[in-house]
Amino acid sequence: MTATDATTRPTPETVRMTLREAHKQSLRAALDHDERVFLMGEDIGAYGGCFAVTMGLLDEYGPERIRDTPLSEIAIVGTAIGAAMNGMRPIAEIMTCNFSLLAMDQIINNAATLLHMSGGQFNVPVVIRTTAGAGRQLAAQHSHSFEPYFAHVPGIRVVSLATHADARGVLAPALEDPDPVILFEYPRLMTMEAEVPVDPDIVDLSSAAIRRPGSDVTVVTYGATQHTVLDAAEALAADGIDAEVIDLRSLRPLDDATVFASVARTHRAVVVEEAWRTVGLGAEVAARIAEEAFYDLDAPVARIGCAEVPLPYAKHLEDAAIPQVESIVAEVRRVMHRG
Amino acid sequence: MSRPSPGRFRLQAPPNLDAEHGLDLLRTMVRIRRFEERCVELYSAAKIRGFLHLYIGEEAIATGVMAAIDLDDAAVSTYREHGHAIAKGIGTDVIMAEMLGKVDGVSRGRGGSMHLFDAATRFYGGNAIVAGGIPLAVGLALADKLQGHDRVTVCFFGEGAVDEGAFHESINLASLWNLPVLFACENNHYSMGMALTRAEAQTDLALKAASYAVPAWRVDGMDVLAVEEATRKAVTAIRGGEGPVFIEYETYRFRAHSMYDPDLYRDPDEVAAWKQRDPIPALASLLTELGHLDEDGLATIEAEADAEIDVAVTFAESSPLEPLDDLERFVVSEVTP
Ligand SMILES: Cc1ncc(C[n+]2csc(CCOP(=O)(O)OP(=O)(O)O)c2C)c(N)n1
Repeated sequence: MTATDATTRPTPETVRMTLREAHKQSLRAALDHDERVFLMGEDIGAYGGCFAVTMGLLDEYGPERIRDTPLSEIAIVGTAIGAAMNGMRPIAEIMTCNFSLLAMDQIINNAATLLHMSGGQFNVPVVIRTTAGAGRQLAAQHSHSFEPYFAHVPGIRVVSLATHADARGVLAPALEDPDPVILFEYPRLMTMEAEVPVDPDIVDLSSAAIRRPGSDVTVVTYGATQHTVLDAAEALAADGIDAEVIDLRSLRPLDDATVFASVARTHRAVVVEEAWRTVGLGAEVAARIAEEAFYDLDAPVARIGCAEVPLPYAKHLEDAAIPQVESIVAEVRRVMHRG
Repeated sequence: MSRPSPGRFRLQAPPNLDAEHGLDLLRTMVRIRRFEERCVELYSAAKIRGFLHLYIGEEAIATGVMAAIDLDDAAVSTYREHGHAIAKGIGTDVIMAEMLGKVDGVSRGRGGSMHLFDAATRFYGGNAIVAGGIPLAVGLALADKLQGHDRVTVCFFGEGAVDEGAFHESINLASLWNLPVLFACENNHYSMGMALTRAEAQTDLALKAASYAVPAWRVDGMDVLAVEEATRKAVTAIRGGEGPVFIEYETYRFRAHSMYDPDLYRDPDEVAAWKQRDPIPALASLLTELGHLDEDGLATIEAEADAEIDVAVTFAESSPLEPLDDLERFVVSEVTP
């Protein structure tokens, strides 16, 4: 751009993009910003990424930095850990969290524990990107939400990226973090569009976000489900119930303070997640509210999660298994004694 | 690299090819092809959803392998398993009902295209975790051996599965314990967008398998007669107690990896060259040359396949959905001990 352009044509303040593009831009920014950063994973190069997030990056950055790997999840994650311990800033991609189970050993037994086992000598500044979520009829080996498995483990940070701002603002601080960070992305949101500022804001990795302020009830959620919850909140508003919607965003560590402050205002809480309800993040949030904010409550905390079933293929069964606007509305109304 | 040698693709007739058997092989391949072509239409009509991985181009392998095993031998497969399921003897009607997510589907609509299961034909499923079915197959074979069953387990997987640790751990164990497994590697040269030559430092897959002290052969997977013959030889040895065999069936998928794949990574000339080796016209030509088939005969086979698929679609469309109240069934067993 020439100087005249810059003065006569002010740069637009916002641009419109898909969530997929937002993820891609943040990867590009990371590659541009730090030459230690490289990407490795299955089909991220020639294929363009299984969700097309990395489409074109191989041509832009070349095969040294956009590394297509064999189908070897243990080696992808383990190698990234080793490279991270030795001066590089790898971003490893595991197509979906369903396959990340193969790499779980490396994530838990190496990434999460090396700093501690080595008495503080070896930190692991690795970033692992993966995806979660149902809604595309991919059945029981491609649809699950395993965020709680990771959030269970001390030594790793877990962040869920379900908005444009988070997709653009989390990767940079994640790469600055001296310890392992797992980033969850959501395939069913990839084509979602939004108007975003040209220059992304950095996001505080440990914070939750209030997506909709409200005064009657706190609905705590994370991941793609927050968009369903926001739709439910609008439906509730039409019914005179003003729901505050909190996106946990940071699944480990949990930003309790934001949740407690909200509950102190609303006196009611519902937790909604797409992972199975039993031993889910909702259970953890509910327990913490019970421990720390019990006397603020006017009603027991309610939880909605995935039905206790491996996700089925048939659409009507899949829809019935995961939280929907109607089930969220019904549960909130029940908590408001309006059921 | 994965371009087949140019020139007309001709099958060699084995000395005593039975006409009816040759026609049966042709029928099975045509049924698989027509089934999947109909699936593409149903996918476009949004009646089939999720992933749909087509086997088009690879039909000779399922057909030849299943022709060489016995009815009560077991098969373990992947998400690209429509061909295996049909050749194993599962009805196209109940498979189609599964594709449509209906209660009469082989997996009651819970599995879909990637997860066909059928206890009656000992079809232990489409597994959609790459290499996820391989240890399972070794276990099935272990149980057969421990119980004194004279049965073989065929384990299908793509060459991409050879990248995974599960393959190496499993084939070693099968060899060590001398188990009745046929490792049936369908090498279509690509795992999604990853060419074998970009994924494996050693691209000779049979050599890798041989390093586990397993007899390992490479066969032309576009030649159904060669597939059957090699498989028969392997199965005879396995049933005879000689332990596992690995066969690499060299093939090619004519379509994209799945309906989501824009197929940007393959050279169209390479795809076109492989289509010259289409296993169906290859067998039809041979049978014609031998005087076992004419144009009318081929047209009849195709019409019969189409009619069968029509019936399957009608069955699937009219099958009900699983009642919502049953959502949480089949998570734990319902039989009381
Ligand atoms: C453990 C695991 N990693 C990645 C995937 C995603 N994926 C599905 S199919 C596939 C390619 C497999 O190729 P191959 O084994 O050669 O079989 P083909 O699809 O060619 O029949 C990949 C990478 C998966 N399903 N499971």
